[in-house]
Amino acid sequence: MKILLTDARIIDPVQNIDAQMDILLEDGKVAKIGADILKSTKSKDSGKVNIIELAGMIVVPGLIDMHTHLREPGLEYKETIASGTAAAVAGGFTSIACMPNTNPINDNRSITEFIKRKAAEAALANVYPIGAISKDSAGSQLTEFWDMKEAGIIAISDDGRPVMDAALIRRAMEYAYSLGLPVISHCEDTDLSGAGLMNEGYYSTILGLRGIPGIAEEAMVARDILIAEFTNTCVHIAHVSTTGSVRLIRDAKKRGLKVTAETAPHYFTLTDETLQSYDTNFKVNPPLRSAQDVAAIKEGLADGTLDVIACDHAPHGRTDKEVEFEYAANGISGLETSLALSLSLVQDKVIGWSELIAKMSANPARILNLPKGTLEIGADADITVIDPQLKWTVDVQAFRSRGKNSPFNGRQMQGKAIITIVGGEIKYDER
Amino acid sequence: MKFEKKDILGIKDLTVDEINLILETAESFLEISTRKIKKVPTLRGKTVINLFYEASTRTRTSFEIAAKRLSADTINISSSTSSVVKGETLIDTARNLEAMNPDIIVIRHSAAGAPHLLASIVKQSIINAGDGAHEHPTQALLDMMTIKEHKGKIAGLKVAIIGDIEHSRVARSNIYGLSKMGARVVLAGPATMLPRNIEEMGVDVYTNLKDALIDTDVVMMLRIQLERQKQSIFPSLREYSQRYCLNRSNIKLAKKDVIVMHPGPINRGVEISPDIADDPSCSVILDQVNKGVAIRMALLYLLTGGGE
Repeated sequence: MKILLTDARIIDPVQNIDAQMDILLEDGKVAKIGADILKSTKSKDSGKVNIIELAGMIVVPGLIDMHTHLREPGLEYKETIASGTAAAVAGGFTSIACMPNTNPINDNRSITEFIKRKAAEAALANVYPIGAISKDSAGSQLTEFWDMKEAGIIAISDDGRPVMDAALIRRAMEYAYSLGLPVISHCEDTDLSGAGLMNEGYYSTILGLRGIPGIAEEAMVARDILIAEFTNTCVHIAHVSTTGSVRLIRDAKKRGLKVTAETAPHYFTLTDETLQSYDTNFKVNPPLRSAQDVAAIKEGLADGTLDVIACDHAPHGRTDKEVEFEYAANGISGLETSLALSLSLVQDKVIGWSELIAKMSANPARILNLPKGTLEIGADADITVIDPQLKWTVDVQAFRSRGKNSPFNGRQMQGKAIITIVGGEIKYDER
Repeated sequence: MKFEKKDILGIKDLTVDEINLILETAESFLEISTRKIKKVPTLRGKTVINLFYEASTRTRTSFEIAAKRLSADTINISSSTSSVVKGETLIDTARNLEAMNPDIIVIRHSAAGAPHLLASIVKQSIINAGDGAHEHPTQALLDMMTIKEHKGKIAGLKVAIIGDIEHSRVARSNIYGLSKMGARVVLAGPATMLPRNIEEMGVDVYTNLKDALIDTDVVMMLRIQLERQKQSIFPSLREYSQRYCLNRSNIKLAKKDVIVMHPGPINRGVEISPDIADDPSCSVILDQVNKGVAIRMALLYLLTGGGE
């Protein structure tokens, strides 16, 4: 089946394209891209091509979210691979990378293979598992990186259970270097974050909630940059939330180190002031920070310090959130709001369209060594069609994700993915 | 003036007029506790549930006595005997209690914000009897009532709150209340006990006890919890008491007619020397407890539509 997308504005940062063009998809690949494809196609193949007229729409390389949690195996009440990938394509994502903190942890080949098989059965978005650094993510013994890489992992991370043992993370980075696997670091010195519940500052003080200081993140960002330099390994800093982290990463990049970084939409959209309601949907780790930090994150996105926007999709069940703030689980179900929240950066002129698409497609592909993130001829036909004008209201009950935990419920948005094509097949279509 | 609030969750939410109304109402209830027959029929047929998820002697007893003196029926639930030990959530407990049609639920909980969660679920009035390190509004109200009785006013006074501000809900409620009523609040403690950005609440902050005591009208000492030593917020009780214990010598820095307060329970010789705690010329600690009953009577009365 051929698909011809016509009359859309096509943006591909890798090819430096931002123009009104047509694009023809054939056999799961990009076959042609250019100005006059419609005419020639009509005369030759009329009837055999699904022609989709997209005036006013924006066509981009399929979006990639490199930081999600799919919860399966083990925590299916929060999310399954099927529901998570359904949420992904509804949010415009054609590929997602999923963190290893399932139950059991993805710390060996059989779990990796299970995730890949379930993703193939769901047949929605491409799923790239991330393997654990340490067995059971307990921080003491390395997992079999090589074996898991053969099974399909594209990076390693202990995510929410950061490796506190500096000697172990040094060895992990050295070993990862020999395999060309990037190391993704959830930077949190757990001695400093302790039993903290929210950003430490004025609002934690007046709310009487134990604080998590910015230095809990920054101390480990600094450590991991030093170890990455020492071991010559690629380290990717996950969900950057503070001014100090942005500064450390900016300096590391200036020195030419192989450091990349991401932030999540909530870190440039919300501040810790929102916690005054004690609404557990705002509870996330790292915590929502101050207005100054939000400004620093935007600067980091604008000047390229932060390469990637990834939503840290963390779906939870009602029982995890409908409790006292102190006992509530951390996390935001983000796949279905990430694009619209990120589009506000373009609307507010923080970054341009091309930068946004790079941060949500080409850059995560490059960091994870995925053959994705571009519309070059011959590339996989993973495509997201965005209606930049569409106004909509977030309704968590309409989420494909099982996780209805979003602080953005009821929020007015502008811009949405309306068609998501994966491997040349339409996986989501809300025209 | 009619009292419009459904719940008493914190002093932060109260206006000066509302605080004054509560204090005046409490004044009028003081006398009941001095009668031979300490009971009036005002809240007959009303039901008050004391839902205590954290240990309490003073506050729980005070609420119970307040309700009983107004002829309300009271039920006490503490976490060791309730369904909490069976794993029931706060929301489910609340819905079950609501189904039994009480009029007021008083809650104490170690988690900040728990009373707010409860108030968002049930239609009954909620009184916060202390939530984590957040607020303890009835304590601040009884403190204000005590200060007003002894000083004749609150506006213009200097009030020093000393000790572990970080973990103190009493401090936060008093900072809100006393500041609203026009007092100048100063804090002192080692920096490990002073939460970040606390000065943005409009207080002066010192790390030295003596600086805070100078010319102060009221000193409020906070309890030091021994278990906090494990969190390294102070090296030893010995060193803490040498630097921050209110005693005969350093109290001379305060005004001559200074009054000394403490929300209890006191650690004799740690934050307050026994001879200060027991000195009737300055210590009003037991008077605070006495006012507590009147304040809680006033709140039960106002929240059940009294004064309409």
